[in-house]
Amino acid sequence: MIRFDAAITLGAFSLDAAFEGDAGVVALFGRSGSGKSVTIALIAGLLRPDRGTIELDDRVLVDTAKNFFVPKHARRIGVVYQDAQLFPHLTVRQNLMFGRWFARRAAQTVAFDAVVETLGIGGLLARRPGRLSGGERQRVAIGRALLSSPRLLLMDEPLAALDEERKLEVLPLIERLRDEFKVPIVYVSHAVDEVARLASRVVVMNGGRVVAAGPVDEVFGPSQVHAGESRFGRSSVLTGRIAGTRASYGLTEIAHPSGTIWLAGPAGAAGREVHIVIRATDVTLATTRPQNLSVRTILTGTVATIEQGDGPLAAVTVDLMGHGHLLAMATRMAVDELALKRGDPVFALIKTVALDERSVAVTG
Amino acid sequence: MREAWTAAVFELSPDEWTAVRLSLQIALTATAFSLPLGILAAYALARWRFPGKMLLDGIIHLPLVLPPVVTGYILLMLLGRRGVLGAFLADHLGIVFSFRWTGAALACGVMGFPLMVRAIRLSIEAIDRRLEDAAGTLGANPIWTFALVTLPLALPGVVVGAILCFAKALGEFGATITFVSNIPGETQTISAAIFTYTQVPGGDANAWRLTAVAIVIALAALIVSEIVQRQASHRLAQFE
Repeated sequence: MIRFDAAITLGAFSLDAAFEGDAGVVALFGRSGSGKSVTIALIAGLLRPDRGTIELDDRVLVDTAKNFFVPKHARRIGVVYQDAQLFPHLTVRQNLMFGRWFARRAAQTVAFDAVVETLGIGGLLARRPGRLSGGERQRVAIGRALLSSPRLLLMDEPLAALDEERKLEVLPLIERLRDEFKVPIVYVSHAVDEVARLASRVVVMNGGRVVAAGPVDEVFGPSQVHAGESRFGRSSVLTGRIAGTRASYGLTEIAHPSGTIWLAGPAGAAGREVHIVIRATDVTLATTRPQNLSVRTILTGTVATIEQGDGPLAAVTVDLMGHGHLLAMATRMAVDELALKRGDPVFALIKTVALDERSVAVTG
Repeated sequence: MREAWTAAVFELSPDEWTAVRLSLQIALTATAFSLPLGILAAYALARWRFPGKMLLDGIIHLPLVLPPVVTGYILLMLLGRRGVLGAFLADHLGIVFSFRWTGAALACGVMGFPLMVRAIRLSIEAIDRRLEDAAGTLGANPIWTFALVTLPLALPGVVVGAILCFAKALGEFGATITFVSNIPGETQTISAAIFTYTQVPGGDANAWRLTAVAIVIALAALIVSEIVQRQASHRLAQFE
């Protein structure tokens, strides 16, 4: 349980934020310059706030009113940086053992072999960081932080420096850390899909302030959260339950109160709860239930907001039946010709081919 | 005749040997005692913010820009038998620098110090601070962080700094001769001996032999420094 309420001014930038996080993954979400990394530095003890308190579980880490500050080496908070920051003069094994050596034996909560096996880095132990690929380096960095038996793991865009393939190699490992080692994680990212896969709660930051906080599907519903990003960056997250698979076609069926969502690929066992990331550009809207179309996923709901300016595009938020919001990108012309307005019932069509196993994360 | 000539060229007389041995002894002592202080000063200048930092930087670099004779004279005033500090050290602690080889080592250390600090400081400044931060978050306090991360990564600069200081100490002349004079067997280094031989008739052969020795030592120091730097850049290339 982390309680953060602190302010700091660094040159022209000022941060003044308060949020809480519990077990599992809390995501700090926002564009670069929104204050995510400063928040991480404050929690880790790399920066001293001008004002505020930071508490982890029942231990006060910082209280400026009492002039109380726990130095970084006494906090037992592991940090994984975007660019790994492995010690170049030490081997992988020595890097992994570094934090472990300082953690008191009684406080060691994770086993060396288990971590090495989970992260798949057993073959790298004798090597030096310079000879590792980006993905390998990041896995070692995660292992190094984990082996210091931290009470909290801070991950500052750990996948940002990796290409798509490497991301898919590391992301499931972070999910396993969350599930197997039960380490609470604060995860910094500006990628909706990563946050949706990993986090249970999300804190959205902008200009050094918290602008939204809550469960992932609630926060990523309202479209204003992503305002200003390119149309391809905008997505929404739905929560559903795996209903079954259509093995002969290789499809997964996910139940949502507003309709069945079909996924091209495996997702997990039936009955599991999942987050599904749906890009706004993959959603088509219709005012009557369409027939004779190849699209298999048709969700029902009502128009909540229509966001448009002078440009050719409009962003339509649909309140889905049951729960959840779906963001759809359409042309302004289409919105006018369909005469869409707030409260209109609509059908949201999602091409199954746009959704595969990379779009979902099992959360429960 | 030919053998006598080669003997005259390559065989050092006992006096010359003494000068070579003293030079090495003084230079090694100067380097060994400067090193811990040099690392501390370099770390302070590279990483700490404190009032009077520019002044400290200036004082450390002063011997580099002052005429060596001036530095030697200041040392004599401060640490000579009648100097402010020198009298105190001699009366209370029995430590005497003036006209001793230890004084020569002190003068050489002072002269070599700025070169050493510069090299070490540059290599500390080149270390990504986030590596030190990472060590901190892994539980290492500042002293452990320095010992396990900063110092090993700065090691090439430390070695180069030590070699530069050693080379400077070997060649030091002005400050040494002003502070501790030119006493054969006590404070007469290679440089001072060469100077003495050039002042007496027929001393050229002696001066030439010592010159050859000086060249060999200097070349060896340069080559070691080059090898260390190459290994360092090779190691850096491995993790980029």
